Amino acid sequence: MGKPIVNYSKIHKSFGDVDVLKGINLDIKPGEKVALIGPSGSGKTTIIRMLMTLEQPTSGTILVNGENLWQMEKKGQLVPSDDKHLHAIRGDIGMVFQHFNLFPHMTIVENCMLAPALAKKNDKKEVKIQAVEMLEKVGLGDKINLYPAQLSGGQKQRVAMARALMMKPKVMLFDEVTSALDPELVGEVLEVIRDLAKEGEMAMILVTHEMDFALDIADRILFLNEGVIEEEGPPSELLVNPKSERLQDFLARFNKR
Amino acid sequence: MTWDWGVFFEVIPLIFKGLWITIGLTIACYLFAMIFGFFWVFVARIPSKTISWIFRWIAEFIRSTPPLVQLFFIFYAWPMVPVVGVTLNPFVAAILGLGLHFSTYLSEVYRSGIESVDKGQWEASTALNLSTKQKWLKIILPQAIPPTIPMLGNYLIIMFKEVPLASTIGVVAMLHMANDYGAQHWKYVEPLTVVALFFLLLSYPSALLISKLEKKYNRRFDKKTISTL
Amino acid sequence: MNSIMDISLLLLKGIKITLIVLAVSIVISTLIAFVAGLSRVSSNVLLNKFTGVYVEIFRGTSLIIQLFWFSYALPGLFNIHLGSDIWTAVIAISLNYGAYMSEIVRSSILSVSHGQTEASVALNLTKFQRMRHIIIPQAIRMMLPEYGNYLIQILKATSLVSLIGLTDLLYYGNIYRSTHLSEAPTVYMLILVFYFVLALPLIAFTRKMEVFSKKGVAQE
Repeated sequence: MGKPIVNYSKIHKSFGDVDVLKGINLDIKPGEKVALIGPSGSGKTTIIRMLMTLEQPTSGTILVNGENLWQMEKKGQLVPSDDKHLHAIRGDIGMVFQHFNLFPHMTIVENCMLAPALAKKNDKKEVKIQAVEMLEKVGLGDKINLYPAQLSGGQKQRVAMARALMMKPKVMLFDEVTSALDPELVGEVLEVIRDLAKEGEMAMILVTHEMDFALDIADRILFLNEGVIEEEGPPSELLVNPKSERLQDFLARFNKR
Repeated sequence: MTWDWGVFFEVIPLIFKGLWITIGLTIACYLFAMIFGFFWVFVARIPSKTISWIFRWIAEFIRSTPPLVQLFFIFYAWPMVPVVGVTLNPFVAAILGLGLHFSTYLSEVYRSGIESVDKGQWEASTALNLSTKQKWLKIILPQAIPPTIPMLGNYLIIMFKEVPLASTIGVVAMLHMANDYGAQHWKYVEPLTVVALFFLLLSYPSALLISKLEKKYNRRFDKKTISTL
Repeated sequence: MNSIMDISLLLLKGIKITLIVLAVSIVISTLIAFVAGLSRVSSNVLLNKFTGVYVEIFRGTSLIIQLFWFSYALPGLFNIHLGSDIWTAVIAISLNYGAYMSEIVRSSILSVSHGQTEASVALNLTKFQRMRHIIIPQAIRMMLPEYGNYLIQILKATSLVSLIGLTDLLYYGNIYRSTHLSEAPTVYMLILVFYFVLALPLIAFTRKMEVFSKKGVAQE
């Protein structure tokens, strides 16, 4: 595969006195599916939140398509990015949240139409057709005029995915998207992600606790522990023959549940 | 007419005297409102639906009509009412009028406090076979009152800012003194500014204190907060 | 019964001023509330602080004092002649309630869940689009019941305008009472009833909004 679509180098992040990330180096290639696993507090979510511009790294650089996300050039000097710069670059990134974050005052089709209608200033009729198609794709074609409050958790999360897909992102971020769901609703959401993964052209970074699922769809798994990437490799290798003691512990605890 | 600092400093001690009357009247009105507030809570719990409905609308009526007109009613109209009518001095009229008006708000605060007590507490009291008196005094009120303290404080500040209405029926406190001075010297703006400053000086720090209390209790109560008037 | 009719007809003359002051004050104070409330959540420190001072001054002093102050200071101190006391009344009431209501605008905006902002960033909306399409529509729903309560407060506040000589409901009542002392109970009870009738739609609005506002918002 070609050059990386996302590149993290020497990324540090601290919240107050707490160092959450201590030097992350990571390349994501176009179309690559990467799963981030690790104990809570290991900084998995922070990694993808920085790419979505929801969190600013303390130091280090993130490149998207070779462009510096958090710094920009101004009069020959590198200065922190302003809103305009972030806006220009993050259009290729999409994200699905743990708690859905659907817009409760809009119907689900309006949720899906909002961003393309505003950001790309497309024809509204055309956008609506696309939104309906997208909702059909996630199995909610019959619910387009309902409000988020009228849906189950699994349905909400599928809307959230459709909404993010409407942006046609090159990289999609999934932040523990099944953690807030009732166990019986997890399957339907994973199914949609699996289908997306099969389509192939979009890179995906998944923060997840679903090991079997990670094994199934990921090209590569990263094990994060205490702010560093402790171990990485293809799922069959990493999950079956973990090298580091910490990963062994982590997996053992998981299997017990 | 221009701003006159001489007048400004001259009226400060004069109006300062009125400050104590304003504060005293605030406290008196507030105490009356606090006590009478319980009356509305009590009548709302009367088992007869008709009676509690009637009282609810009486409270709504008092809450939604101007306190200024209510003051006029008590001061000018009450003496003319056959049989029960008596002439009241301005202070008493102000205490009754503003106290009654605010009692309808305080009753809402009480109600929200009582409703905030978990339903399980009532059930547990019944399960422990407590008497009605024990239930209220030992279980419900000790839990219902503390979270309402910031709201009650807010209403005290609001009451403080409403008390100047009493000058319209002749209570001589800060505002009345300022207007008197104005009438004598044809200088209104300076004394009125002094009155405003005194209000600000007292109500702003109190409001800060209340918002600290609010954060401490960290609960949002009844949203029917009212502003001046 | 005759005097009730007589008084009512007299009071009706004043209701026009009451309604004008009410309507104009509602419009202007709402505008002020939004401008000030948005300034209070803006990242511009100067704007934020300046608005904060305005809000605290008007919330920290009484409306009745502000009303008198404006009625003397505008022509006297600033040499501003508005041509009519209606404007003085509207300015005082609007600045006062604009300050109070800016606080509900501010707190409603702040209580829209942070996840809504994050989702807007993820969808690459601009700051303005985020406010316009996501935050403010939800904040408005949240603030409606309290807004309704403030409309009732403004209605009650309009009774003060008779004190600076406007010929409103209360003014005509006072005139009648001064010549018919023994009829004072009827006069003031009728005035109260008039105000209550005006308040009824506002009460109904507030109650409706209490139900409506719970739908369609993601609250922190």
